Amino acid sequence: MAKMTMVQALNMALAQEMEKDDRVVVLGEDVGVDGGVFRVTDGLIDRFGGERVMDTPLAESGIAGFSIGLALYGLRPVCEMQFSGFSYYAMHQMEAHAARLRWRSQGRFHVPMVLRCPYGGGVRALEHHSESREAYWAHTPGLKMVIPSGPRNARALLVSAIRDPDPVVFYEPKAVYRAFREEVPEEEEVFPIGRSQLVRGGKDVTLISYGATLRPTLEAAQTLHDRYGIEAEVIDLLTISPLDDELFSGSVRKTGRAVVVHEAPRSFGPGAEVVSRLVEKAFLYLEAPVKRVTGFDIVIPLYQREQEYLPHADRIMKAVRETLDF
Amino acid sequence: MKVPAEKKMEMLRSMLLTRAFEDALQVLCQIQGKIPGMMILCTGQEAVASGVCAALQNEDFIISNHRSHGHLLAKGADPKALMAEIYGKRTGCNKGKSGTLHLAVPEVNAPCTTTVVGGGLPISVGVAFAQKYRKESAVTVCLFGDGAADEGSFHESLNLASLWQLPVLFVCENNLYAGAQRFEEHTRVKSIADRAAGYPMPGVVVDGNDAPAVYTATLRARETAANGGGPTLLECRTYRCRGHGEADPQHYQPKEEIALWKQRCPILKLEKEMLQKGILSAEELEKLREDSRKAVQEAVRFAEESPWPDVAEAFQDVYVSDL
Ligand SMILES: Cc1ncc(C[n+]2csc(CCOP(=O)(O)OP(=O)(O)O)c2C)c(N)n1
Repeated sequence: MAKMTMVQALNMALAQEMEKDDRVVVLGEDVGVDGGVFRVTDGLIDRFGGERVMDTPLAESGIAGFSIGLALYGLRPVCEMQFSGFSYYAMHQMEAHAARLRWRSQGRFHVPMVLRCPYGGGVRALEHHSESREAYWAHTPGLKMVIPSGPRNARALLVSAIRDPDPVVFYEPKAVYRAFREEVPEEEEVFPIGRSQLVRGGKDVTLISYGATLRPTLEAAQTLHDRYGIEAEVIDLLTISPLDDELFSGSVRKTGRAVVVHEAPRSFGPGAEVVSRLVEKAFLYLEAPVKRVTGFDIVIPLYQREQEYLPHADRIMKAVRETLDF
Repeated sequence: MKVPAEKKMEMLRSMLLTRAFEDALQVLCQIQGKIPGMMILCTGQEAVASGVCAALQNEDFIISNHRSHGHLLAKGADPKALMAEIYGKRTGCNKGKSGTLHLAVPEVNAPCTTTVVGGGLPISVGVAFAQKYRKESAVTVCLFGDGAADEGSFHESLNLASLWQLPVLFVCENNLYAGAQRFEEHTRVKSIADRAAGYPMPGVVVDGNDAPAVYTATLRARETAANGGGPTLLECRTYRCRGHGEADPQHYQPKEEIALWKQRCPILKLEKEMLQKGILSAEELEKLREDSRKAVQEAVRFAEESPWPDVAEAFQDVYVSDL
């Protein structure tokens, strides 16, 4: 097994799926010759040629709509938006068509496409280049919304997303892109979309997170253990929508306490949905109100104040202490 | 048309200021690491902003894009407030909230520089409608790149502006690249101005490294717009001498091409012309250069000495009343 960054792991997923299945094509702005802003598609054009790795003009609405057309006719497009903040021209195509065609055609047409977007802060970039607005997509019935947290699950989830018969919006945490390496097996590995994962066992409190904030969440869990002997269970959502509420509600029925962590703005964010599900499925087991550690209801600030916006281990630990002391 | 000497002087001054301002930014960002890495500069393209803005009135609006420093300086923005903003300081023109990519300078009627490529086009059409609605003589200029002309918003905007004959100038800065894509790799038209035929409106191509030529073309288009004659699409042919942003290694731009265009530097060109015509002396030129360097030094000092915004300020101005 090779140790890889998330960028390399995603690149491997694309290359292997393109190798196996000639229906898979890649498109977007500068994804070909330049290999993409973050080099996720690096080298694909040399291996698979310009017909399967298409450099498009600047036209996000066109890229998404075109991909829907490809998918309707049996191809498996994987299109890239340079940053999630520049994907909104594509939104009307995704929500009006990609998300609805299966339903409208009673299952006779479907749209197996993947819309990839780097998202999230922590890289000292500005506004649109740092935001985390996954809730927009997650709120759209018919779209699947997936966010990996590390190289290995990124690879497995991207393979699953490409093979999925429904449209998948795939957010890649750019703060994680090159932050660390993980063993990623050369052999095929998939991870089911719509399933979350237990990444650390514990009995005192359940921490629920995903994407770039999984790491500070794990760091908080470790420090809570080392310093205070508090055993936090950590769950990585991986798919935001459709949301797997079995694993985390089962965990909270055991621990009685929960903290949800994400960098997206707080109000109407994915955390709000998680809390609702907990109310529905674990209400009588709750020992304390569920806490949220999130971004704030503002545009993500410029680099000088960014770290105060993003959830960090200390904020997460504080929230855990508050639920425990309740 | 003869361009008055004082207009040439104005354009030279604003080009020198922009060049000095951005040279300083390059050092602050790439060498000293004082400002984070997303730094998008207009080196080699200064004549577009300077020529366009020299032909505008104070009340005219500009809507700009991610490569905006030159546009704003040429429109008269205070370099101190701009520099402080790019640093992220609270004395910046946006109180340290926008950074280099989303500057807004109300004093010079520049409400929106957007980094969403093509995002400014329909906004400029709306502003132009409001100007006409209020029976004012002001016009709006939208500045954007060749890449932006591929976005749907470009086509929607030109159609609207033409349909309603609005006082707007669409100024395309064709610097031959959109990201890593060369112009002819992203469209089949020979020039963006050809697209004017489809809407229809006048489509004009001008040497974007020739500030007086840009000035003359803009003046004409402004005249038409202000007198109810509708929009113009003005394509300024120029070249992006640096990478897309400062982190871009520029490997896709041939070295000879960069060298050739550096020789066509719009500042050298205008300096030479003015010296030859005797409307500028060598001493005056040295003084102009010195003035722009000083203005930039002062701007940098101001930015460095300014405070960071308070955390609490992040919650202000989301709505009219604070959160
Ligand atoms: C809608 C959108 N898509 C992609 C980007 C990323 N991006 C920023 S600038 C740029 C190239 C723009 O080219 P052009 O319009 O020609 O302007 P130039 O950079 O050459 O001045 C790209 C792709 C963006 N900012 N907005």
